[in-house]
Formats: sequence, C-alpha cells, structure tokens
Amino acid sequence: MATQATATATPRMQPADAERSAAGLWSDALWRLRRDPTTLAAIAVVVTMVAVALAADILAANFFHRSFTQQDILSSYEKPNGTEPWMWLGTDELGRSQIVRLLYGARVSLFIGTFGALTAFVIGLAMGLTAGFFGGHWDDLVVWLVTTLNSIPLLYLLLIIGVLFRLEPLPFAILLGGLGWLGIANYARGQTIALREREYVVAARTVGSTAVRLMVRHIAPNILPLMIVLAMIEVGQLILIESAISFIGFGIQPPTPSWGNMLTNAAQYLGKAPYLIYPPGIAVLVTVLCLYLVGDGLRDALDPRLRGAVGGGARK
Amino acid sequence: MGRFIARRLVQAIPTLFGVLLLTFLLSRLSPSDPVQLMLAGQFDVTPEERESLRHSLGLDQPLPLQFLAWLWQLAHLNFGNSIYYHRPALDLILERLPNSLQISIAALIVTVAVGIPLGVIAAMRRGHIEDHAIRVFSVAGHAIPQFWLGLIFVLTLAVQLRWFPIGSMNTVGVDCLLCWDRLWHLLGPVLVISIAGIANLPRILRTEVLEVIAQDYVRTARSKGLKERMIVARHILRNALIPVVTSFGTILLVFFSGSLIIERVFNWPGLGRLTFEAAVGKDFPVVQAGVVISSVLLILSYLVRDIAYAWVDPRIKVR
Repeated sequence: MATQATATATPRMQPADAERSAAGLWSDALWRLRRDPTTLAAIAVVVTMVAVALAADILAANFFHRSFTQQDILSSYEKPNGTEPWMWLGTDELGRSQIVRLLYGARVSLFIGTFGALTAFVIGLAMGLTAGFFGGHWDDLVVWLVTTLNSIPLLYLLLIIGVLFRLEPLPFAILLGGLGWLGIANYARGQTIALREREYVVAARTVGSTAVRLMVRHIAPNILPLMIVLAMIEVGQLILIESAISFIGFGIQPPTPSWGNMLTNAAQYLGKAPYLIYPPGIAVLVTVLCLYLVGDGLRDALDPRLRGAVGGGARK
Repeated sequence: MGRFIARRLVQAIPTLFGVLLLTFLLSRLSPSDPVQLMLAGQFDVTPEERESLRHSLGLDQPLPLQFLAWLWQLAHLNFGNSIYYHRPALDLILERLPNSLQISIAALIVTVAVGIPLGVIAAMRRGHIEDHAIRVFSVAGHAIPQFWLGLIFVLTLAVQLRWFPIGSMNTVGVDCLLCWDRLWHLLGPVLVISIAGIANLPRILRTEVLEVIAQDYVRTARSKGLKERMIVARHILRNALIPVVTSFGTILLVFFSGSLIIERVFNWPGLGRLTFEAAVGKDFPVVQAGVVISSVLLILSYLVRDIAYAWVDPRIKVR
C-alpha cells in the first residue's frame, strides 16, 4: 500500500523521462539532481560548512592554536593578515582570533538551525496532518493557533521571551522551532485535506484501516518529500532569525560565539575595526543562500511540475 | 461589502484574544517575578511593602482573574506605567509610532514601485538574462541578513563615504515630518527594509503574469493589434495583480518584524527601538505594550489587505 501511495506522488513523466518511469521517487529525484550543477555546488558548500563546524575543536587546537575565548591584548585590532593562520580574519578588541570564533559560530548557527527545523518539522507535520485529517474543532484550534502566532511579529515575540527567560542553545533552538512550524503545518494541512478523499485512502478506510494507519501509511508518505524541502528552507530561515535576535543581545549570549553576537561586537567597533563586520555576515549569507538553493533544487528534483514556484508554500 | 467587513472584523477577535492570552501567559510563566523586576535596584524594600505592592498589582489573585483584570485595563487603554520613564506606556508608544509607520509606508511604496516592474520584466523576458538576474536577486534578497545589510550601509555609505547621515531622523536643530532633511535620513532604513519586499513581490507577480499571458483575452488583444504596452498595462497587469494583494501579508509581517532591528541599526526613534531599549532596561510594561500594539497593527494590516482583496476581486466575498 505504501508503495502505491508513493507512486501517486511521483511526478508525471515528461517524454524524455518515459523509459525510466519504473524508478521510485527517490532514485528518480537523484537522477535529476545529478544533472543540476547549481544544487550540487550548494550541497558541497553546506556539507563543507557542517564538516568544518564539527571539526572546530580539532582545527582550533591543531591548526590555529587558539581557543575561541583566548585573549591577546597585545595583538588587538589586528587587521586580517597572513602572518599566522589565526590572524587570517584579524582580531577583535580583546585580540581574540576572528577565524576561530567564526568556526565556533558556525557550530552554534548550524546547530540551532538544524534542531529548530527538526522541531518545526515534527510539530508542523503532527499539527497539519491531524488538523487536515480530523477537521472539526481540532482543525479550528490549529488554524486559530497558526493565525495567532502569525499575527505577532516574530522578533517582538522573541524579545519579550528574551526579557523573561535566559536560554541555552538547545532550548533556544526548540523555542525557535516551536514558533517556526506554521508554514510547514499549513502545507501539511492543505495537502492532507486534498488527499483525504482520494480513492486509495477511501479504499483503505473501507477495509477498516485505523485513522493512525491512514495518516501514517497512506497520507504522510505523499506529503513527506516536499515537507523535507520546506524543513531545509526552515533551517536557513532559523539561522537568519538566530543571527538577528543574537545581534540585539537576546539570543545566544557571549562568550559563546554566534554569528549574530559577533556582529554585535563588530557594530560597536565599526569606526576602529570595520573589517570585523564582513566575515560573520558573509558566513550567514552564504550558508542561508546555499540552504535555499539546496531546498529549491531538491524540490525541482522531487517534483518538476513545481519548478519556479519558489518557497514551497508561496503559491498553491 | 459592509457585511464582508463586519464578518472579517469578527474573525479578527479570536486572533486578538490569542495574542493577548499568549503575551499574558508568557509574562506569568516566566521565572522572573514582576515585583522583582519593578523593584530592581531598590534594596530598602521591606517584605511587607513587597506584599502590598503584589496585592495592589493583583498578583495574589488566581491567573484567570488576573487575565480578565488585565483585559479590562487594556479595554480602557491602560497598558501600565513605564518603570523607567514613569509615564503611561501607551503614551510613549504613540509618540514613537508615526516614526515607525513612516518607514513601513515608505518601504511599501518602494517595494511596489520597484517590485511590480521587476515582476513584469521577469515574466515577459522569461528564460532570458533579465529573468535569471531577477531570480538570483530574489534568492539573495531572502538569504541576506537584513540588519547586516543595514550595518554595511552605515559603514560604507555613511561612515566612510559620508553620503548619508549615520543615524537618527533629523539633523540636529531640524525637526519635521516631511522635508528633504527627513527624506535624506529616511533613505537608508527604507532601502534596507524594502529589499525583503522587493525579493518577494516579483517572484509572485511573475507566476501570475505567466498565467494571465496564456489567457484567451490576451491573445485576442494581441490579434486585434493593440500595442504591447497597452496589453501589459490594461489586460495583463490588472488581472495578474489581484492575487498579488494576498502576498502583502508576508511582506508586512517582514516589515514589522524587521523594523525592530533596523531601527536599532539606524538609531531611528520608533516603536521598535523603544521596545528594544525597554527590553534592555527590563521595563516590562513598555515591552508588553510594544508587543501588543505591534501585533494589533499587524492584525489591522491583514484586515485592510483582505478588504482590499475583496474590493478588487468581488468573487472573494462569496466565500
């Protein structure tokens, strides 16, 4: 049954693809992905980022010979130079190596983006699937929750939370995910409502499948591929939000470096050390850009009919 | 139309209730005690005085009663007093609000003025270099951290080249809401904040235009020999713009949220900076009022958007 359900989601084949129609959804997507150099390049960048962030400890100890908190007042405000690896991106007002801090910042940003998106994915899928499937009061409640959360400007909401609670990276990631599931839930709900009355679902219902089985085996596999794409884009969005809220001092707290709070510092010494402002911002831009490109490319590979409708939920 | 507006207004009530409930619950669930926040820095307070303050604030009442009491206060436009300024929080916000609205409205105008031509160009030149360039710009515009773009703007164009003022709304000694001096100060924050809108609008418009171009009436217009300019303005754009109205919801949300941080970067004395400074100073009533007022404004904007949508497309009212 599950394979049959997946088959309905497999895109209609274009003539050129026709002889490959026996392939499954994922191998089909892989086949298209291999012919998409932009997406492949973006995947390479993201994978490198993750690898470097994971290896931050090893690189800092063995290559840069500096920890992210290590101060060196004598070499403060050092412009980027090639004399020693740890000075490649210069030093801040305390003589801390910017490149090492950038590495650890990558760790924090990617951690928060990934765990936040994971949380958003789980909540969004559960809420959207059940709301669309059961309808009624539960659906009303979920729609009300989505509308309400969409009516509070996110940064204001994070600001008030930041005043009242001090959060470590993991709870902070979960909080961001707990506020960022709206788009994913909307998509899952809409698709579930559309799929609920399809013949194969009705057939499964007639032979006595339970509600859980209908949702998990027959509906979820059909919406999962694009949900994964949305989650990918969510990682990028959460990295942006984290950097913004950390920048104004209500996110990740120093001395833990994040790209956002490195920029707080850089903004303070804008006149004296303008070079500090570029690396963290470029790091955010490149990471988020590549995540979006991977999301876009994956979506096109999974469902070529949607090509051009960027952002997944932007247009139904 | 009147019935549609009335129905839409009624629909906004549960949303508003949800916003207020969430704001209230957050403040009461937090480990930090409001009395503690209010008395921060005062060490000569006896426990009795603390208790009487707690009682006078109604904090010894059950939670639902506290919530109702708070709603009653809000209904009388009483958002509490600022701990720092010793003035009603609402007054402080209303003083700053026009400054914030000025940025949002100007950004909306820039977004429409730049975004609509870009969207049309992308669709008419589909697959050509213009289309690709606009697509790249859109994706980059979504990926760039807005506040960082603002910082770069301040650093390069204001600090280093001195083309623009470094911050604030007016040159010292000048005070006006609409004059060249204000426009000069406005340009930085407005440009930076409208990037988000300009990244969003053309993409949506492009899809709509491509859909309309395929319609029979466009072919008819072409075959009867109308000028291309006429076809785009009268036949294509008019119809393509209708669904685009809904996308203003996302754009407005981004503007409202973004203003908080852009006002900080450009030192613009608006609602966002007031709320941010209150948050730094733990001036809780002002933060709470800032969150509530910005949400109310957003709900009102959604309302205006939906009414505009129903106005340009009467079919919507039936739903």
